Amino acid sequence: MRGAALGDHITVSRLTMAYGDFLIQKDLDFSVRRGEVFIVMGGSGCGKTTLLKHLIGLKEPVSGDVLYGGRSFWTATDQEREQAKRQFGVLFQGGALWSSMTLAENVALPLRLYTTLADAEVRDITAYKLSLVGLAGFEQYYPSELSGGMRKRAGLARAMALDPEILYFDEPSSGLDPLSARLLDELILELRDSLGTTVVVVSHELASIFAIGDRAVFLDAEAKTQLAVGDPRVLRDSSPDPRVRNFLSRGEADGTA
Amino acid sequence: MAQPASLDLQRAADGVLQVRLAGDWLLANPLPATAPVLEQIRGATPPTRVEFEAAGLGRWDTALPTALVAIRRAAEAAGVPVSDQQLPPGAQRLLRLAFAVKERADARRALVHRSLAEQIGQASLGIWAALVDLVSFIGICAQSLGRMARGKATYQRSDLLVAIQEAGAESLPIVSLISFLIGMIFAFVGVRQLEQFGAGIYVADLVAVAMVREMAPIMTAIIMAGRTGAAYAAGLGTMKVNEEIDALSSMGVDPIDFLVLPRLVALIVMLPLLALYGSLLGILGGAAVSLVMLDVSFVQYVAQTADSMQLSSLLGGLFKSFVYGSLVALAGCQQGMACGDSAMAVGQATTRAVVMGIVLIIVSAAVLTVIYITLDI
Repeated sequence: MRGAALGDHITVSRLTMAYGDFLIQKDLDFSVRRGEVFIVMGGSGCGKTTLLKHLIGLKEPVSGDVLYGGRSFWTATDQEREQAKRQFGVLFQGGALWSSMTLAENVALPLRLYTTLADAEVRDITAYKLSLVGLAGFEQYYPSELSGGMRKRAGLARAMALDPEILYFDEPSSGLDPLSARLLDELILELRDSLGTTVVVVSHELASIFAIGDRAVFLDAEAKTQLAVGDPRVLRDSSPDPRVRNFLSRGEADGTA
Repeated sequence: MAQPASLDLQRAADGVLQVRLAGDWLLANPLPATAPVLEQIRGATPPTRVEFEAAGLGRWDTALPTALVAIRRAAEAAGVPVSDQQLPPGAQRLLRLAFAVKERADARRALVHRSLAEQIGQASLGIWAALVDLVSFIGICAQSLGRMARGKATYQRSDLLVAIQEAGAESLPIVSLISFLIGMIFAFVGVRQLEQFGAGIYVADLVAVAMVREMAPIMTAIIMAGRTGAAYAAGLGTMKVNEEIDALSSMGVDPIDFLVLPRLVALIVMLPLLALYGSLLGILGGAAVSLVMLDVSFVQYVAQTADSMQLSSLLGGLFKSFVYGSLVALAGCQQGMACGDSAMAVGQATTRAVVMGIVLIIVSAAVLTVIYITLDI
């Protein structure tokens, strides 16, 4: 069993992100502790998903760095970075399942690529991962035959295939009904508790933020930087910044909408 | 140092199956098989219950719950209760999570193996269905063209102009290159053969007639099947996947009028013009070769070409490219609109559009040639 050792797992250090000349966010500085559920929140268009792309190595920062367990991610060689990527799994917004493959093949692909397990073992593990997300028996289905929520859960099964230390979620509750969204939240917590996984969630769903978030960072589109880091419940009630309180209370904090 | 994982079985007198797990259950290490447990459970005398004993269990990862899930699933199928009290708390929770959602009874699918005869039969039915789809699509498009003629079709003029630009002006470079080279190839072949009879000058007739009547229409049509027909299928298919076509329908706009019509008209109008242009370039290519290899002047060559041309050849060629243009556009649009709803399906639709377009071009070319010869055009 992986110990839920405390300490910083992911550190974002003076990170500046831009598309060409268009600045998205600058001077981001925060860290995610091992085994916690960390939320990246903020209004639409503030760069939450862009930050996620920097964390998982899809987009290179203009300046600054991301550290995994104290080791630099962006100054590392390409090979080291590929190694580092194996320690995390990503659930993309729409699930991003490969449409030409069945669910079983989707989940099995990372296992086939990066492990030397026998076919029977891969099949058992795939069945187990799918049953963890409530999709037992759906091995032979193609993604296009499933609902959006099921696709998302199948994407989660694939993200967990290699037992990652870190799970990234991009808007896990978007496009789900409140009940399914809550079940997914509970699933995230259950996985964190039983596996000790560090979870980073990009979200603007307040219900979900308060339900699962241990700590959060708030990004602002106008200031183009982070306004606050901390427990979202504490930030809602006593953040010195009115913009943060406003967001976390749906604009009811200062009587402004 | 990892302790090897082990799994021991013990059948107690009261029929309880004790499964003793020990060592480090890690995927990176060799793992014991669960088959003996499953055999006991599925055997003639199944145990009254399955109990786990995990005192000697060391570290574990996915390997452990994977084995536990397989055992419990078999036990449930055989109606044998499983007690997980002795397992580490983390494994218990994962096991509970894995069985939290009951497997839907109708979900599981068996893989179906079909015989060769059945596959051939299905494929034949598929070809027939594709033909029926194409014919009905032609009907739908004809109705749409009728609405356009009466000014009742909803589409954007700018879309039509963009489609005309894409199918027309933007295709000029590749049509120029291919037609010029085809003209040169014909002239090379012609010069070698006709010189033997001292009839070298008739290369001009050969190139002109071949280009105008057959080669320019066919070559431009094949170029456009690969270029524009494929683009139509991929573009419309992606719109289908993104539900853009549903969005149009929900606004009361006929997607055939709005999306297919401009593309269809653009290609039908532009392909004959491209073929005409291709003929000219082909004749120039032939002239270039003849001027170098034969003892003729450019004026002589042009005069000979003009002599060989009849209006019927020109009109016949133009009519052919009109037919090819319709077929290529129909194949592209039909496959795009019939596309499935995944990224894979877009690729398949594009492939089918190009294959169908080229097959239709060649088949109709053969039919039209026979008709022309019969009618003596």
